[in-house]
Amino acid sequence: MKKHNAQGTAGSLFKMAFLKSLPVLCGYVFLGIAFGIMAEEAGLAFGWILMMSLIVYAGSMQFVMVPLLVGAVSPVTMALTALFVNGRHIFYGISFVESFKKLRHRWYMIFALTDETYSVLCGCKNEDPGERNRDSWFWIALMDQSYWVLGSVIGALLGAALPVDFTGIDFSMTALFIVILLEQILGNKRVAGTSAAIGLVVGIICLLVFGTSSFLLPALLISVMLLSVWTGVAERREVAR
Amino acid sequence: MILLLILTASAVTILLRAFPFVLFGGKRQMPSVIHRIADLMPPAIIAVLVVYCLKGSIAAVTMESLAAAVAAAATALVHIWKRNTLASIAVGTLVYMVLIRVLL
Repeated sequence: MKKHNAQGTAGSLFKMAFLKSLPVLCGYVFLGIAFGIMAEEAGLAFGWILMMSLIVYAGSMQFVMVPLLVGAVSPVTMALTALFVNGRHIFYGISFVESFKKLRHRWYMIFALTDETYSVLCGCKNEDPGERNRDSWFWIALMDQSYWVLGSVIGALLGAALPVDFTGIDFSMTALFIVILLEQILGNKRVAGTSAAIGLVVGIICLLVFGTSSFLLPALLISVMLLSVWTGVAERREVAR
Repeated sequence: MILLLILTASAVTILLRAFPFVLFGGKRQMPSVIHRIADLMPPAIIAVLVVYCLKGSIAAVTMESLAAAVAAAATALVHIWKRNTLASIAVGTLVYMVLIRVLL
């Protein structure tokens, strides 16, 4: 991976951000199109579809929302659904509290913390621990959302008239997470490798125990607990030496 | 009514994402245990997200699971070899898209 030198000009930061956001582009544009098509076919007006991608900006939640909106559920039901579907987002900010303090547009960055943007930013932090290119993060987040909005708009307007069969292209999101995970492990095999192993094992066990729709939050909570135990044990060993 | 529902979803999502920043963004310091694990969390979280992406393939073993497994392996191997994010994602996605058409 190329080493980053000192904070670049605005133009070079923008270009750097664009390159970093490219993996998300495919996934978000095509998933966005899928969302736009689905929402439009369910009967939602274009304005609502656009609004969802602008102010909710949460892929899986937006898909879940469509039947809820059409079925006119109560706000309480919607709130609880959002809490369970997006609960994992509460974990993302923890690693960025200090870093975001130094950013302009901090509140937009916080709003825009989706699974993919979080992962890409983790990747940025991993290869640039001094955070010299931190200003490019805003552009990454903004571009990611613009791809999502663009896809939603295209899907809602053109609908099922799109000619090409892009089935399976959402695997690009899975591939993105795998790549970012590998970069973290390759950068620090012992520590990141152990952390990743914990996540993988706990994730799979929770998946088998809780089922596909309920395993995510338990998996994250248990992983975090195990990480705390592990640091506790490691620190006691250090003190004992 | 739809407006209220969308605003509700938006508000809850924003609150969830903002929670750590609201709690620890000002003068209040993070408890040291959270501070210590904050740098350890990303690999574990992203690993769980990988499982989440592959949940269907893991929970019910079908031909699609095979396609996902091969594509995931291809992604990983190409990345370990070339360390090029875009290339690894492109190869993995292509392998998956071809396999689900060929195997299913």
